[in-house]
Amino acid sequence: MAVQSPPVASVEQVQDYRNNSLLFLTFRRLFRQRNAQVGMLILGFLVLVAIFAPALAPYDPDQSLIGVESIDKRAGPCIHLLGCPADQPEHYMGVDGNVRDQYSRIIYGTRVSLFIGFSTIGLAVIFGTIIGAVSGYAGGWVDNIIMRIMDVILAFPSFLLAIAIITVLGRGLQNALYAIAIVNVPVFARLVRSSVMSLKELDFVTASRSLGASPLRILFIRILPNAIPTLIVQATLSIGGAILEAAALSFLGLGAQPPLAEWGTMLGTERNQVFTSPHLVFFPGIAIMVTVLAFNLLGDGFRDAMDPRLAQLAKS
Amino acid sequence: MSTKKTTTQPLLDVQNLKTYFYTDDGVLTAVDGVDFQVAPRQVFGLVGESGCGKSVTSLSLMRLVDTPGKIVDGQVLLQGENLLDKTPAEMTKVRGSQISMIFQQPKSSLNPVFTIGDQIVEVFKIHETISEKDARQQAVELLRRVGIPDPERKAQAYPHELSGGQAQRVMIAMALALKPRLLIADEPTTALDATIQAQILDLMQDLRDTTDTAVILITHDLGVIAELADRVAVMYAGKIVEEGDTTALFDKPLHPYTQGLMGSIPVLGDTKERLEVIPGNVPSLINLQPGCRFASRCGARVEHNLEICTQVEPDLIEFDAGHKVRCWLYQEHAGHTPPLKAFADKKDRK
Amino acid sequence: MIQYIVRRVLLAIPVILGILVVTFLIARAIPGDPCRSALGERATEAACEAFNQRMGLDQPVLVQLGIYMRQILLEGDFGSSIRYSRPVSLMLIERLPVTLELGVSALILAVMVGIPAGILSAVKRNSRIDVAAMVGSNIGVSMPVYWLGLMLAYVFSIFLKDTPFWLPPSGRLTAGVIAAPFYKVWDWQLVSGSLGAQAADFFSNLVLFNSFITGQWHVFSDGIKHLILPAVALSTIPLAIIARITRSSMLDVLGAEYVRTARAKGLAERAVILKHALRNALLPIITVVGLQTGTLFAGAVLTETIFSFSGVGRALFDAITGRDFPVIQAFTVVIAVGYVAINLIVDICYAFIDPRIKIE
Ligand SMILES: Nc1ncnc2c1ncn2[C@@H]1O[C@H](COP(=O)(O)OP(=O)(O)OP(=O)(O)O)[C@@H](O)[C@H]1O
Ligand code: SF4
Ligand SMILES: [Mg+2]
Repeated sequence: MAVQSPPVASVEQVQDYRNNSLLFLTFRRLFRQRNAQVGMLILGFLVLVAIFAPALAPYDPDQSLIGVESIDKRAGPCIHLLGCPADQPEHYMGVDGNVRDQYSRIIYGTRVSLFIGFSTIGLAVIFGTIIGAVSGYAGGWVDNIIMRIMDVILAFPSFLLAIAIITVLGRGLQNALYAIAIVNVPVFARLVRSSVMSLKELDFVTASRSLGASPLRILFIRILPNAIPTLIVQATLSIGGAILEAAALSFLGLGAQPPLAEWGTMLGTERNQVFTSPHLVFFPGIAIMVTVLAFNLLGDGFRDAMDPRLAQLAKS
Repeated sequence: MSTKKTTTQPLLDVQNLKTYFYTDDGVLTAVDGVDFQVAPRQVFGLVGESGCGKSVTSLSLMRLVDTPGKIVDGQVLLQGENLLDKTPAEMTKVRGSQISMIFQQPKSSLNPVFTIGDQIVEVFKIHETISEKDARQQAVELLRRVGIPDPERKAQAYPHELSGGQAQRVMIAMALALKPRLLIADEPTTALDATIQAQILDLMQDLRDTTDTAVILITHDLGVIAELADRVAVMYAGKIVEEGDTTALFDKPLHPYTQGLMGSIPVLGDTKERLEVIPGNVPSLINLQPGCRFASRCGARVEHNLEICTQVEPDLIEFDAGHKVRCWLYQEHAGHTPPLKAFADKKDRK
Repeated sequence: MIQYIVRRVLLAIPVILGILVVTFLIARAIPGDPCRSALGERATEAACEAFNQRMGLDQPVLVQLGIYMRQILLEGDFGSSIRYSRPVSLMLIERLPVTLELGVSALILAVMVGIPAGILSAVKRNSRIDVAAMVGSNIGVSMPVYWLGLMLAYVFSIFLKDTPFWLPPSGRLTAGVIAAPFYKVWDWQLVSGSLGAQAADFFSNLVLFNSFITGQWHVFSDGIKHLILPAVALSTIPLAIIARITRSSMLDVLGAEYVRTARAKGLAERAVILKHALRNALLPIITVVGLQTGTLFAGAVLTETIFSFSGVGRALFDAITGRDFPVIQAFTVVIAVGYVAINLIVDICYAFIDPRIKIE
């Protein structure tokens, strides 16, 4: 066993430990974690890209450059700094089958993907919370029926279920969003339900009930706030999955439809060209991966920060 | 109670042992310079409040401290050999055969997916070349010896099929399988209910009398110590604050903390709560204040208005022959005259 | 133990019945006209009526359900595909083996790599190996399967062309490579259409199995070559997830008191980990492996699309989008039964690993 002298703990570290709330501690742990830091960094970057897309994109993402520039369709990347002849138009990620600048499309795609991630999971959280709260608060047969339905949804592989739902609703980005939201509802419903069930018998809740507070008021003021931390963790982790699933649906032609600059669709429409123009497959895939990775890292970080024991284990 | 005299060479000689935990919130000095000796065949008691570092001390002896813990200094001499210098491979030869250990939670200390027979047999297989059949036979014999009824059949049982008391008997059987020099028993009865506790203690007493194994007995229970131990060390916040032969220490507790512990022994009744009778809490072991670690709870300090207590840490000094204490009531220092030297002497005379 | 297994099997029966009913209802809920999607948009009313009558689609839904259940349960008959006018069972015999070989090899890969990686990570926590493995697994779960598949196809079939590492980008076998079914090689006399013949067909469609037992090595190696890329692509996500759960489960167990006891006995660290810790850590790992079969199936839809495998995943996708009810029903039932079977296997594994489970 190595013998070493103890590093000195800084005084501030020890002092801020003494008098702080759980939330503060959670955030402090979050900021200390490398995973979470990387996740936040990437996500911040992506949000900026999405906001400033018009400023960052050199071209209109939907504009075909046929007749505008003399460039072949599916031409590879051309970066002047890396030795591409200066007389050729510069396209960082090449152009696609419709002679659109892929770099600009990737940049605008950030907007679509972030929107997909937040909107689907947002919907799933809202409906999951309502369903779970009703189920947990009502108990009895209502709870039983609702939870059996959730079990059925969970029993199918979620991607296949999403495909089936889209077949019922019809193709298109909007329906794909609904489908993904639906398959994500059960997780949140279960989470909120168990949190409601565990809290509803606790003293402070029974106390406010005996003081005549309405059930809704108790639910929203007393119970649900307690479920928020776990909801945040699960939501962050789910967003990555939702983006991945949406892209896969679009890849199969069930989700976003051309010409929308959506990464999965871009990949799907050019997939047969992978052997001749790999850049048209490579870049959208990287974009998807980085985005999903950011959410996954952040979600993991949140979870570890909430559960100090796990975090300690992960660290040590 | 038999008082075995310390022979020339101690079996175990622990010097300046320091084990620290490098936590997120700073360095936790769980064991901070502990010295003691255990003679062959001696029962050495280690007492102290929860969290004072008893378990970490015992795990350090076995070199089983988990990350983020590290043994940062000291020596653990077993028959003159420093265990801290051994390679991991050499250390595995010591564990289980020369030093073995039993724990507080017997049921969770047994692996739930193996039969208890298999778990005992494993000890023989690790350290000896022995046939499966012989090992099994010896395992059954051991189970009989520690008082497991119907040992042949029970050897096929899984840990969840045992009661807590039986599980602890199995742990004892496993620990004594190879007749180790030293057995470390970390609160072997705390998790058991009172009658079972008594049975396990009887078993340990019996084993003490019939084997050559020395025992380090860790407990909260001063009654157990009085009955079983030859020598006692009292630990507080990572340090030994008093050490002496059991009779001497019980007759004349020197340290205010020990006196507090003794004062709070109820004549009858529950053993659990007694240590909490001393007002206040053990200080956090991260970023300790200078001075004596007991200062914040010490009535004697207030009574005698001792300023040095919060400034300089006292040493463990030999006050009477073989009776050591760490307290400014007894130690001289530049500009400080121990006020209670006389008092203790007076009390002694009564 | 046998009693336990029998009880678990009996418990699975109502679940499978439930699946049959739910699948039937879901298939009927998918809007659209099967007649038009089979006969084309311009099919006449009369032609459609005849078609519906032939397919039994003019009956009330409950009657259809009854007929369907009777056919499946009593006659083992899944009906015929509306679009292809072929018995669904034939399609299953052709396609299920493809998906099985793909899925099983991906699962084996995921387990064989994921579990050791997870153990290593847990044991050497915070070391470079751990960090690398966990970064790898984070990237693995974030990667689109189809993208990885396409990139692998590009790298191995174009970039590494003319090197020994070249691998074919698509198809189950190279065109022209045909394996003689084992029953022909061994000259079995089978009554065509009998259950035995169907089973023999099914097994001979397992390319690797068939060519292996008959020693047709050129087919075997061709089959392996075609399987590598899809299996790797398909295995990434399960592999990453298995590695993670193995790590966290091992970390949990390594802190347990019985692991400390094992060390205190003087057991070498290797044995502590591989014997005492792993056995206990296996329970959550097995659960996750079981759950991953679902992921594998969803992944199979995408992987089969990219590598032009005519497997069940792709067929089910086509059937859903083409409203081919009998095919949807039959394939969903097969998948669901597979799911139930895997859960059963997981439960039985539990009982083998953990003695505490038997008492219940
Ligand atoms: N793995 C660990 N990580 C961080 N700190 C630890 C760890 N293990 C022990 N400690 C700390 O070390 C100190 C001593 O703990 P130890 O378990 O030795 O106490 P103890 O005297 O055995 O108490 P008890 O009577 O409750 O068993 C405690 O403050 C504890 O918080
Ligand atoms: S040194 Fe001072 S504070 Fe510490 S125990 Fe002795 S008298 Fe009390
Ligand atoms: Mg302890």
